[in-house]
Amino acid sequence: MQEQPDGLIAELQAKNPKAFERIYERYSESTFGVIYSVVRDQHIAEEVLQDVFLKIWEKAESYNSSKGRFFTWVLNIARNAAIDKTRSKAYKNKKKNLTAEYFVDILEEKTNISSKVDAIGIKKYIEALKPYCKKIIDLLYFKGFTQSEASEELDMPLGTIKTRNRNCINKLREILTE
Amino acid sequence: MELEKYISSGILELYVYGALPEEESLKVTQELKQHPEILKEVEEIEAALTQLSISVAPYNPEALLYTIQQKITEKQKAGVIEHPAKPRKTNLVLYIGWAASIALLIGLVSVISDRNALRESLEAANVKNTTLEQQITDARQSAEKNKQLLEVFRDKEIITVPLGGQEVAPEAYAEVHWDEKTNQIYLDAKDLPTPPEGKEYQVWSLTLDPLTPTSIGLLSNFSEDENKIFILENPNSSQAFGITLEPKGGSKTPTMDQLYTLGIVQNS
Repeated sequence: MQEQPDGLIAELQAKNPKAFERIYERYSESTFGVIYSVVRDQHIAEEVLQDVFLKIWEKAESYNSSKGRFFTWVLNIARNAAIDKTRSKAYKNKKKNLTAEYFVDILEEKTNISSKVDAIGIKKYIEALKPYCKKIIDLLYFKGFTQSEASEELDMPLGTIKTRNRNCINKLREILTE
Repeated sequence: MELEKYISSGILELYVYGALPEEESLKVTQELKQHPEILKEVEEIEAALTQLSISVAPYNPEALLYTIQQKITEKQKAGVIEHPAKPRKTNLVLYIGWAASIALLIGLVSVISDRNALRESLEAANVKNTTLEQQITDARQSAEKNKQLLEVFRDKEIITVPLGGQEVAPEAYAEVHWDEKTNQIYLDAKDLPTPPEGKEYQVWSLTLDPLTPTSIGLLSNFSEDENKIFILENPNSSQAFGITLEPKGGSKTPTMDQLYTLGIVQNS
């Protein structure tokens, strides 16, 4: 369960620096994950994360709760900033040999290179995900595709995307409550 | 059963992804305000995605907070130093102040709509009631000065487009203040009549020749909105703006015999 901290968000919109700190604590790590899954470079991901949170501070008043979740608002800013970055020339020069394709590849890399991370927890994620889940979640969530863009990319009917995606997320939720 | 069907349709996952068209998102928001089961579902989806994202993060970026705070301070300082040399900055500072006040007001109005949630969150945020009351008072005062805010907009590089009343409502009037740099529109709609039950206003960006309308948003909660200033995103290169009355939830194309106001962008 993750209740949206509406009071805190109102404080952020009123430019309260303390509220900004708490928002950062709550949303920075997941946002960092989303950015990293797109740019695949820790240093660049840090740069983008800074830009994203500066923007969250500066543009907080443009968040409108009737349009969606604050989580989604932050996600949109992060995805756009990360994708913009990958289009820059400097980035293209640096990342010529990028091979990893899905966020799941990162999870797999992570279990190989670091002993500090909770390898068992991460493996659970990987094992639980069917191949089509990896693709659907990667496109819709991490890359911000619309339903119809994803439908075209994966050559799957719109309705199928919607229900399969639901099944994939349910699988993740099962692991979380285990 | 209906509710279960809605939840299992997969629409809520797309809602949290931000993959739905804006109008559908607005509808989902309304649903989750009415049904705690839907809200709970959305919160669980969000929690799962948060966990998934965290598991992809190389590490917790806690240490970057300080760097970001410094950048914010630097930016603010830069604004203050330039202030006496460039009088225009005064407007910017004022603008930021008023924008913050309006944002606060909007934030508070939406928060007040769910008092319980407000209380819980406020406890969590350690904000005392007295502070809140002060903020509400301040926000009300600033609402009275919205007119002044609009003056400030005029000083900046903002395009103002008056939208005159059309056949169905000759007395109607609205004004679009369009900041092309940020793609934001501040729509002053206080001279529009209150829409009848089951209807709401929809705002359209138009390009002429050939005439192509693009929806830029709905004025939902029109009657509850105190200052009748609506902030909308407009990434289009608009040549005109129109407002029509549509069934709740909006329409794909404007209902032309319900065109309330229309105005053409000068120098476009």
